Amino acid sequence: MSRLMESRLAASGLEKIHQKIVDGVRLDFDDGLALYRTRDLTSVGFLANLVRERKSGDLTYFVRNLHINYTNICNKGCKFCSFYALPNDSRAYVLSIQDIQDRIRKHGDIPIHEIHMVAGINPRLPYQYYLDLIRAVKEVKPGVQLKAFTMIELAQIQRVAKKPMGEMLADLKSAGLDCCPGGGAEVFSDRVHEELFRAKLDNEGWFDVAREVHRAGIRSNATMLYGHIETVEEKVKHLLHIRDLQDETQGFMCFIPLAFDPANTELSHIPVTTGYANLREIAVARLLLDNFPHIKAFWIMITPAVAQLALWYGADDIDGTVSHYEITHALGDTSHHQELHHEQLLAMICEAGRKPVERDALYNVLSLN
Amino acid sequence: MRESNGGIEAIAEKVEAGERLTFDEGVELFQRATLLELSAMADRIRWRLHPEQVVTYVIGRNINYTNVCWVKCSFCAFYRLPGSAEGYILSKEQIFQKIQEMIDLGGTEVLMQGGLNPSLKIDYYEDLFASIKAGLPIHLHALSAAEIIYIAQISKLSLKDTLKRLKAAGLDSIPGAGAELLVDEVRDRVSPLKDTPSAWLNLMQTAHELNIPSTATMMYGMGETLAQRVEHLMKIRDLQDRTGGFTAFIPWSYQPNGDELKGQGDTGYGYLRTVAVSRIMLDNVKNIQASWLTMGPKIGQLSLQYGVNDFGSTVLEENVVTTETTRHLMTLAEIRRNIQDAGFVPKRRNTRYQVLD
Repeated sequence: MSRLMESRLAASGLEKIHQKIVDGVRLDFDDGLALYRTRDLTSVGFLANLVRERKSGDLTYFVRNLHINYTNICNKGCKFCSFYALPNDSRAYVLSIQDIQDRIRKHGDIPIHEIHMVAGINPRLPYQYYLDLIRAVKEVKPGVQLKAFTMIELAQIQRVAKKPMGEMLADLKSAGLDCCPGGGAEVFSDRVHEELFRAKLDNEGWFDVAREVHRAGIRSNATMLYGHIETVEEKVKHLLHIRDLQDETQGFMCFIPLAFDPANTELSHIPVTTGYANLREIAVARLLLDNFPHIKAFWIMITPAVAQLALWYGADDIDGTVSHYEITHALGDTSHHQELHHEQLLAMICEAGRKPVERDALYNVLSLN
Repeated sequence: MRESNGGIEAIAEKVEAGERLTFDEGVELFQRATLLELSAMADRIRWRLHPEQVVTYVIGRNINYTNVCWVKCSFCAFYRLPGSAEGYILSKEQIFQKIQEMIDLGGTEVLMQGGLNPSLKIDYYEDLFASIKAGLPIHLHALSAAEIIYIAQISKLSLKDTLKRLKAAGLDSIPGAGAELLVDEVRDRVSPLKDTPSAWLNLMQTAHELNIPSTATMMYGMGETLAQRVEHLMKIRDLQDRTGGFTAFIPWSYQPNGDELKGQGDTGYGYLRTVAVSRIMLDNVKNIQASWLTMGPKIGQLSLQYGVNDFGSTVLEENVVTTETTRHLMTLAEIRRNIQDAGFVPKRRNTRYQVLD
């Protein structure tokens, strides 16, 4: 390390944290606050990059994937959400098993390795619907991995299954569920829960479900929604809480900081997250979550340009090609553009001096480009 | 952890010691320094030149007084050839109205640029500038090097006389646009009919000697090599050593916008590297401006960790480098929020970089 960087870390009061990272000592709550509060984003990025390179070297993971949202009907009314509809809303929909199979077949020429499926909490859907959903995906695309149902959805599925969580998870797993996404965690703070997502599963509930999922031998991701009304203390607590569960279960694969998009929500007066915030969340997560193998920069939420930079601020995963497929199809285009986008993703990773690795949903390496 | 980067460590030592870097060192930075090494070096120099926790901006307006131009630069989607039905020259009334709108918003800087229009000679500009300055309290930051060289040519005047007359009429400073990339090979390929790099530098030198300050720009991403970018920086640095007339440097990437060049545009990664190397190499140019208009607010804000100390102008209108698809307009409130979010105090300045707040 150059003298320049040493004096910079000292000037920003981050030497102690640097020493801990060099020695492999776990960071604590106060370290987390310091990392959030310093103006020196470059030093935070430098520290996160030490950990990123120790864990993954130059490797940067991506997946060719497809997103499916099987229903937008939801009874939770979270204030930060622009997706949900009430049952009598003209926008409300539930995809039939046929719709879902058609959607997947439409992408038949693309080598998709992951289907990411999440949706609203729609109390009218019976248990059988969820099981059929999983089997339908696997029937059309037997080799694909299905990453489906947030902890919130799983709590709902258990409600309609009317059986213990463990048994229900065994059913889903044997139907073909491969792993679970990390959404719905929001921020683990009773204050924020009360203010923004009161009707949703409470914070301890999220952990209880996640623990059961991991015990059932199903791995998952974890997230944090930032950029609304949360405080830095709440964010550090959130990260440390997740770190504790990971110590217990080792069931998390990847952590994804999710940038709040205020457009069309009840919180539209809140300005969009800045580039500084996007990179800082990635970096702090990488530094505090020492037991997580991967940190993802979700380019759809923070822009491709910032996601590319994030590869030097702690991220070793850039998600996938998904959104573009939807967009190009909406424009009536064909697979030509989709393939180009795959190349653009590779080019972004390579331009940043990193090494692209195509993965599946469970982070098995498919090919090193 | 990656192996330590010996050559870069040595360069970092020079930066720490406040020593000037060579051409070869500039190329090495582009080729081998990591993103965060560039940030740390550029930021070190930025703080040395601007020890206060402040990021400045100017309230201003672009006015493109004519789009008629015969130069046909391949990166430009704005121009119309002489005789085209879509060609225009704004009337004085239109120009005054645009300036008044800017003044009403607290603005101080009018950035006026157009094309090389064969029907407009020195008397047009003298009359226009004098009538603007007679009634409106603004700083006139106007005309690119190419326009001034062309006005001199069609008015059969020397550059020096042209500049003296423009200054007497009210020209306060010259924007550094049109520098593109000051390397003959690139210029010949991209804008063969435009003035040469040495003509651009000569015009700037002449202006600086008449106490007309200017900014300098670099448009990169047109298929040039990294060494050619450094060559551009060295030419600006050399002239600045002689004249001290450059107030700021503004690098920005070529934007694909339906022009002939059909390039890819640049990523935030490439932009931040380029802006950082610019800050590191141009030790004698005090200010580096963000190019958020082309790169967007997120990358614009992040450039504050890569050597940028100024957020440039609150643009009310811009027609040349951007199109609907590449334009990122920011309100004054958004500019100030982004500066504050990065840990700086936003302060309004004038075109001479004097803080007004």
